[in-house]
Amino acid sequence: MRVSKVLPVTDISGPLDRARSRSCWRYRSAVAARVGLAAFGGYALAGLATAFLSLTLPMVRSEAVATATLISFAILAGAVIWVFAARTLLRAALGLGLPIALVGLGLWLALDGVAMGPPA
Amino acid sequence: MRQGFRQSMAWLHTWAGLVTGWVMFAVFVTGTATYYRADLSLWMRPELRAGPSDAIPAAERGIAYLKAHAPKAMAWYVSAPQPDRPVIAVYWMDSLEAPLGQAMLDVESGAPTKARDTQGGDFFYRFHYELQMMPALGRWIVGAAAMILLIALISGIVTHRRIFADFFTFRRDRSAQRGWLDAHNVTGVLALPFHLMITYTGIVTLGVMYMPWGVTAAYKGDDLRFYVEAAQTTTWRPAAGRPGEAVPLAPLLARAQGEISEPLEMVIVNNPGDANATVVAVFEEPHGLAHQHPQIAFDAASGSVVERVEPLKPAARVFTSFMGLHEAHFASTALRALFFLCGLLGAATIATGLVLWTVARAPKTGEAPGFGLRLVRGLNIGTILGLPIGMAAFFLGNRLLPVDLAHRATWEGGVFFGAWALAAVVSLLRPHRRAWTELGLAAGLLFGAVPVVGALTTDRGLDFLAFDAAMLGLGLALALGARKVSHYEARRQAAKAARPGPARVPEGLVEA
Repeated sequence: MRVSKVLPVTDISGPLDRARSRSCWRYRSAVAARVGLAAFGGYALAGLATAFLSLTLPMVRSEAVATATLISFAILAGAVIWVFAARTLLRAALGLGLPIALVGLGLWLALDGVAMGPPA
Repeated sequence: MRQGFRQSMAWLHTWAGLVTGWVMFAVFVTGTATYYRADLSLWMRPELRAGPSDAIPAAERGIAYLKAHAPKAMAWYVSAPQPDRPVIAVYWMDSLEAPLGQAMLDVESGAPTKARDTQGGDFFYRFHYELQMMPALGRWIVGAAAMILLIALISGIVTHRRIFADFFTFRRDRSAQRGWLDAHNVTGVLALPFHLMITYTGIVTLGVMYMPWGVTAAYKGDDLRFYVEAAQTTTWRPAAGRPGEAVPLAPLLARAQGEISEPLEMVIVNNPGDANATVVAVFEEPHGLAHQHPQIAFDAASGSVVERVEPLKPAARVFTSFMGLHEAHFASTALRALFFLCGLLGAATIATGLVLWTVARAPKTGEAPGFGLRLVRGLNIGTILGLPIGMAAFFLGNRLLPVDLAHRATWEGGVFFGAWALAAVVSLLRPHRRAWTELGLAAGLLFGAVPVVGALTTDRGLDFLAFDAAMLGLGLALALGARKVSHYEARRQAAKAARPGPARVPEGLVEA
């Protein structure tokens, strides 16, 4: 059998196995942290983006909400992929935290605009 | 999680697929069955005959029944009979919190139908997105599982770099793991556009529930207002608080039908008996992808039109087209069959993926399997064969439970879950190879028994030929599959006994 390059398609092999034997507990908590970050961080980003886009997209509000809700699940999927693809947990958290902060700030400004501006 | 993008995605694909696999297998199977919901319902109510009927008089009979039986309700709903659902379904809402009341009425007499009490095809439809749990809980579980499946699909595509070559690759005999891997790839890749489409559109169908923050921000949480502006429904007119006399219903419906060419699907009365009561005529979706029902609302007291649902705007059209794609109401016979096959391929992709997980972790000869492996093996059989066993038992229960049994529809559900649970327990108790063969055979026999029992207990002759053929086909496929597994295992064991060499190299590897 020619094995030109080994890909762990169905198994965590290689470095992960070593990491696991070195410190099972550390490996598991690292996985748990990424799962938590992906679920809660990803949903936070998608939810904030949905609210932000619903208020700021230049269309009738029902259209803005429909558009924002439609793409929110792609944002969520992208965020989760990012969390698991990032090299370290810190990079994953920063890469997710920065857009969350930006979109959160944008939403805060947009909500302010809604409160002060004419009723939609 | 480490070592480059493709490797981390391979890890993600494996584990996302595993945790979501069992739920999503059940969701795919019941959703695929739901493409034939009307046909299942017809089979499950053999007392009724399919055929055309007059919608407006039927709607009047439904309203008359509700007037007598639910005079204090907030809203009445009368679902007009359809050719493939020859019954008047009435629902009423006593309060926003209480579950809807419902009854099935005879089309001709308007009295409660003599047909047996059953949920029919709606059972699988509701299971598909609520798992027959409390709606809020079930929908969130299905939504989370679907989202994880979407992640598994994306990471699976990244993992898989030979996507085109694998269309034509099936190395069944190289090794167990190769065979399962190729089967997983073929079923996954062949219908990949469908898998992606059906997963994303499924999430979007309940999207406003999963991601309500747009409505929260732009509508201050008033989702009814959003649906009105998105041209999905008519405005709720509050009750006046004093009784009112309604004009006759039939002329209103005839006027509405005069404007719209689609058949009447449902009549809604909001605040019945009130001076501000509203009658809404809801029509079937026009031909096309979008899930939108033309609707005209009348003031019940004066009979004047108060609102017409507007045409869809672009984003709303995309949104509702996603829902339409998911439900495939637009699909005619051939396209529906294609969707059905794609749904089966989706279920097969999940099933082969779950099995592949265990095959890749099979212990070397002489080693005992660990707890995790035994659990996954048991859950695999309990789901992949347990669900079909439950479904076949559900159909048999529909024919065998006494017609006048109290709470009969609930009992049918009990038969479904009871048979499934029994199969799951057996799969955990028996050695797992034996369990595959035995439960596969049991599932095959149960499906094979459905047409026989149907013929013995009803006098519908050859009315359900297509249904019976589908049952026999499923039974045959399951029984043959079980036989194949047992033969394959026997051959492998014989080969192993004849060639007592060094332990096989574990095969977690794939050529790239």
